[in-house]
Amino acid sequence: MKRLPLVPLVLLVIAVFVAARYVPHFFDARYLLDTSTLYIEVGLLALGSTLVIVTGNIDLSVGSNLVLSACLTAMLMRSGYGTFAAVTFSCVVGTVLGAINGLMVAKLRLPSFLVTLGTMAAYRGAAQAAMGAKSIALPDGFKGIDQSLVFGVPWPLVIFLAIAVVSGVLLHRTVFGRWAFALGTNESASQYSGLPNDWTKIAVFAYTGLMAGIGALLMDSRLAVARHDLARGIELDAITVAVVGGAAITGGKGSILGTAIALFLLMTVRTAMGVANVKAEYQLTAIGALLVVTVLASEFRRKSAADE
Amino acid sequence: MLRNLYALGFVVVLCLAVGLKEPRFFQPMSIESVLLWMPLITVVAMGQLLVIATGGIDISVGSLLGFCGIAVGLVLKSDPHLPVVFAFAYGAGFGIALGFINAALIAWARVSPLIVTIGTLAAFRGLAFMVSKGDQIDSSMVPDSLTSLANHGIKIAGVNLSWLLVIALVISLVTALVLRYTAFGRNVYAFGSNPAAARLRGIPGKAITFWVYVISGALAGLAGTMYAARFGFVNPLSAGQNFELTVIAAVAIGGAKLTGGTGSVLGVLLGCLLLSCINVALSVLGIDSNWQMLAYGVVILVAIVIDGIVQRRRAA
Amino acid sequence: MRTRNIALYLSIAAIAAACGPAPEAGGGAANTIVFIPKSTGNPYFKRVDTGFENASKDLGFSFDSQAPATADATSQLSVIKDQVQRGVAAIVISANSPDALNQALDQARDKGVVVATVDSDLTGNESHRDFGVLPTDFSQIGPSQLELLAKSINYEGDFAILSATSDAPNQNAWIAGMKEEMKDAKYAKMHLVAVVYGDDEPQKSSTEAEGLLTKYPSLRGIISPTSVGLAAAAQVLENAGVYPGGPNTKGPGVVLTGLSTPNQMKKAVDKGVVASFQLWDPADMGEIAAYLAMQVKDKKLTLKPGDEIDVPGHGKVKVGENNVIFAGPLVTFDKDNIGNYDF
Repeated sequence: MKRLPLVPLVLLVIAVFVAARYVPHFFDARYLLDTSTLYIEVGLLALGSTLVIVTGNIDLSVGSNLVLSACLTAMLMRSGYGTFAAVTFSCVVGTVLGAINGLMVAKLRLPSFLVTLGTMAAYRGAAQAAMGAKSIALPDGFKGIDQSLVFGVPWPLVIFLAIAVVSGVLLHRTVFGRWAFALGTNESASQYSGLPNDWTKIAVFAYTGLMAGIGALLMDSRLAVARHDLARGIELDAITVAVVGGAAITGGKGSILGTAIALFLLMTVRTAMGVANVKAEYQLTAIGALLVVTVLASEFRRKSAADE
Repeated sequence: MLRNLYALGFVVVLCLAVGLKEPRFFQPMSIESVLLWMPLITVVAMGQLLVIATGGIDISVGSLLGFCGIAVGLVLKSDPHLPVVFAFAYGAGFGIALGFINAALIAWARVSPLIVTIGTLAAFRGLAFMVSKGDQIDSSMVPDSLTSLANHGIKIAGVNLSWLLVIALVISLVTALVLRYTAFGRNVYAFGSNPAAARLRGIPGKAITFWVYVISGALAGLAGTMYAARFGFVNPLSAGQNFELTVIAAVAIGGAKLTGGTGSVLGVLLGCLLLSCINVALSVLGIDSNWQMLAYGVVILVAIVIDGIVQRRRAA
Repeated sequence: MRTRNIALYLSIAAIAAACGPAPEAGGGAANTIVFIPKSTGNPYFKRVDTGFENASKDLGFSFDSQAPATADATSQLSVIKDQVQRGVAAIVISANSPDALNQALDQARDKGVVVATVDSDLTGNESHRDFGVLPTDFSQIGPSQLELLAKSINYEGDFAILSATSDAPNQNAWIAGMKEEMKDAKYAKMHLVAVVYGDDEPQKSSTEAEGLLTKYPSLRGIISPTSVGLAAAAQVLENAGVYPGGPNTKGPGVVLTGLSTPNQMKKAVDKGVVASFQLWDPADMGEIAAYLAMQVKDKKLTLKPGDEIDVPGHGKVKVGENNVIFAGPLVTFDKDNIGNYDF
């Protein structure tokens, strides 16, 4: 955390000011806070992805994990269990599904991209097989977390910020975090120094799974229904956010603060374009370009810093 | 080579199991279905193989295919009598142009390939909508001379090998020859297995990286034209959607390590064949549509895990 | 390093200084109807757009079509929120999900926005919108599709259905209609052997259609009540050459029919791969929804089941249960009339 993730920060500031200046109806705190609830699941998965990417791995199955956890939790609640049971259950399911990825990566020495490409289909497929074509409604007492506020801030956003702080401490202030960076920087070196590489791998995947489990609860509550086809493509969003925030796919680099800032950047740009009535095709192109430009700028900044 | 035998074994076992349950799987109609599923995947997978062998990845191929399909469709709309060869040339040409964008950002600006191509995955799809103005290329705009490539071909033992398949096999053969007998091919592997050492030996890493993305773009563009031939229409949303994951799965199942330096054309062909058999089998067996994705995911996982165990045994 | 940072902070400050107060939130969108299709790039919804555009000229409102980039269940959520924030008068939506949008739509209605559905309703959650305009009388679609096929195979033989996804409410309603109609004695010699799902993906639809031809050698007909499925199945029959009169046809051949816009099927009809198929004019839905939305917005009308409303250009339309209105009639397209349509 020696250096601030400047590029996403500067872009965020520019984006907010440009949007506030030129887009009518954008700069409205109530609206912005309300829209932020749409991005919390992406944010949580991005926090997990940051850890995984720091270790030099990748998890494509996070979205499917989230959907499977959400569906199973909804089924549990339908059979009469209460909120407490649901929260515990979802967190456990998410963590276990994540740990399965970790086990295959660590113990079978399979590339994470490939393993999670497989579980991406398998987890979502399991959700579909369990639920069929139907959707399950959540009980009334469980609904609408995105509409309940603390000091005017929606609960999901508060939860996200809290978990971001926890993740930041975990990654940047603990031994575990150092192991993760060491693993991502040079796997064989950290192996020779006797670091528990296998357990670190399993732990980061399990942590990402936990994020998916928590995200599943928020999504269940927000949408009030669970269904196998929700949150499609969310894994690419999560990876994008982590990388824009400074995580390097090659491992060894990444910051939780950067990821959080990148999430707000994505949120601002999408929301501003949406309320400015920009057509979906232009939004797609702009978001793609933004991703490349941010990473290009970070790369440029890193290189010129190294030259000095 | 042993690995390919194992992959072939997996395909054979799978087919026999399916055939035991539903003997019609071995009828010409069903075999043709398998052989029609393959060509598009195969052509794009050959480009992806080169990219992955250098240690890179190209996620943008699905959108690139969609864009080129639309662009070729628009050309055909304005000139319905365009010779088929030109339709392919246009497809490859547009593909090269888009592949150039990826290549420049990755080789020259040195941005991570995963990020560049996740970005262009979104951007190229957006461009496909923009140039098409959201309109689909309807079947009336795709000439018969093009669609006939899917329903005509070489008949062997009652099974029709479509021209699309022939094209895909020729491209595979060329890729195999290039990888085996040219300096470029050898350099791809050398650079992929150890970039630093390759640089010391004077292998032009930047140029290699550049060209594999251009080639990947060209082949995905070509596949865009083949898409129009196969389906007779091109929709800016659905053409090539989620294609990238299928292609990468095919290459990886075919034995190419995502860290670079490995992968063979034969292996990738077997990977394509395996995916093709799974998909057709799911339909021929009449698996409940709600269970198909799980079955697909589990079969892929089993293939990956067995492969991992086998390779570890051999290394040990 | 430090100088660079200072430069960056300065540029931020410069931009901040350049910003005056937020622009006035003018009432520019107050007379706007926005239509949210399932996704971009769908010819069917382009035609619905045309209906809205026609109506906007007559009724004097401004019209916007804002599709999400993908047809995912929740991709329309942010579009709804953004349009509400813009202050549009009415949101007309072709819902990607019958239930995941409920809360966002409730929020919109709380702010006084008229909410209506077109083509795809919030089945089972109708209380979350003001009214829904659906293609044509649902009870007719299944039976007329079945009759269209039956006529061309002399009410005899095996047939299959190639649908979109297994959870598409419209598709399921129509398929249920066909199954119900099958009980009629005149269809006694026809057998529905399979319902398969192509997920509205060209590749999957083709593979499923090929699977049908493989599994059921005695197949006489396929009904595909979705345009992607119908186009893919037509291409499969053409490739295999087994349509009536096709090069590889042994016996009478496989008859294909279904639902699609005419432009997508012109070539297949010209070649004789498909003899006839059906659809309504999607523009009708746009025109009717626009008129009703404007009336509801101006408080000139409250809809309730059983009403009959005079819609200019469409005569009297009936409001059914759950405020569902059925738009234009079902049209059968064949070689003789397909040239008269362009959508």
